[in-house]
Amino acid sequence: MSSQMVEKIDAVSLDSSFVIADRTFRSRLIVGTGKYRTNDEMVRAIEASGAEMVTVAVRRVDLDRSKEEGILHHLDPERYFLLPNTAGCYTAEDAIRYARLGRATGMSDWVKLEVIGDERTLLPDVAATLDAAKVLVAEGFQVLAYTNEDVITALRLEDVGCAAVMPLASPIGSGLGLVNPYFIREIKTRLSCPVIVDAGVGTASDAALTMEQGVDGILMNTALAEAKDPIRMSLAMRLGVQAGRLAFLAGRMPRREVAVPSSPVTGMID
Amino acid sequence: MMTVKVNGEPREIAPGTTVSVLLEGLGLHPRLIVVEHNREILDRTSFDATEVRAGDSIELVHFVGGG
Repeated sequence: MSSQMVEKIDAVSLDSSFVIADRTFRSRLIVGTGKYRTNDEMVRAIEASGAEMVTVAVRRVDLDRSKEEGILHHLDPERYFLLPNTAGCYTAEDAIRYARLGRATGMSDWVKLEVIGDERTLLPDVAATLDAAKVLVAEGFQVLAYTNEDVITALRLEDVGCAAVMPLASPIGSGLGLVNPYFIREIKTRLSCPVIVDAGVGTASDAALTMEQGVDGILMNTALAEAKDPIRMSLAMRLGVQAGRLAFLAGRMPRREVAVPSSPVTGMID
Repeated sequence: MMTVKVNGEPREIAPGTTVSVLLEGLGLHPRLIVVEHNREILDRTSFDATEVRAGDSIELVHFVGGG
């Protein structure tokens, strides 16, 4: 193999881009912007992750200026596609209100819809999520819906017109990794819209294992922001996502309960 | 002066204050802020023309870090 050919083999060239609604993405890693120690660290970590889409939250302006200024002082919306979330909302009504506020910034009509059902687990209230999704889709939003790993809810969310369905790997901020690969695989098999695993991935091997299930991408925040070194972890996650994606495309060898030699069993000397 | 609620806190402002003047007084750049006036989102083009009245509730929000 010539060195020229070798140069052409990289993860991006061996993968396809993927499309959500009307936008094409090369990076299958979507990252959040919360919980970083400093804004500078956040910006560098996002850069290292290679993400094209980043999530943001909608909150009151701090009128005393004692806290941070808005994220737009640090992130260039020309460079990153911003996905406003409805984090912290416990009712469909609140989530709809936050989605509308996010859209009113004038950036896009995309929203990461999450309606939380319980403070301890932060698991989604799927009935309220479906109700909110219906309203937002009717209002012209591109809804990327956070949900649990239940295939029936995932199908319903697709039915009501969500642009992407985002089942969790494990609870938000838990770092427990992919607890239910079977259901994630089933969701990917059954849905036609993009499936992004959102929440719970803790380290690069979790990211690879998740992508090996065939999903279109992963959304993460805490695993990067809470790493000792978020910049290194962001690169590790980028590579983990790429490794898992390529392994999925390549198709793994069968698992066997017995050993099979890799070297010829014939031609042995006496 | 009259009392309005801005981000949940009572504030004294002069009668006739528009949303634009309110934002300016708070040192906020209107381009980066979304304004909800009595639970209705205000279009940026109407900041100049919209007067805040006694007892009104104003929410000023923007994007912050989140997952």
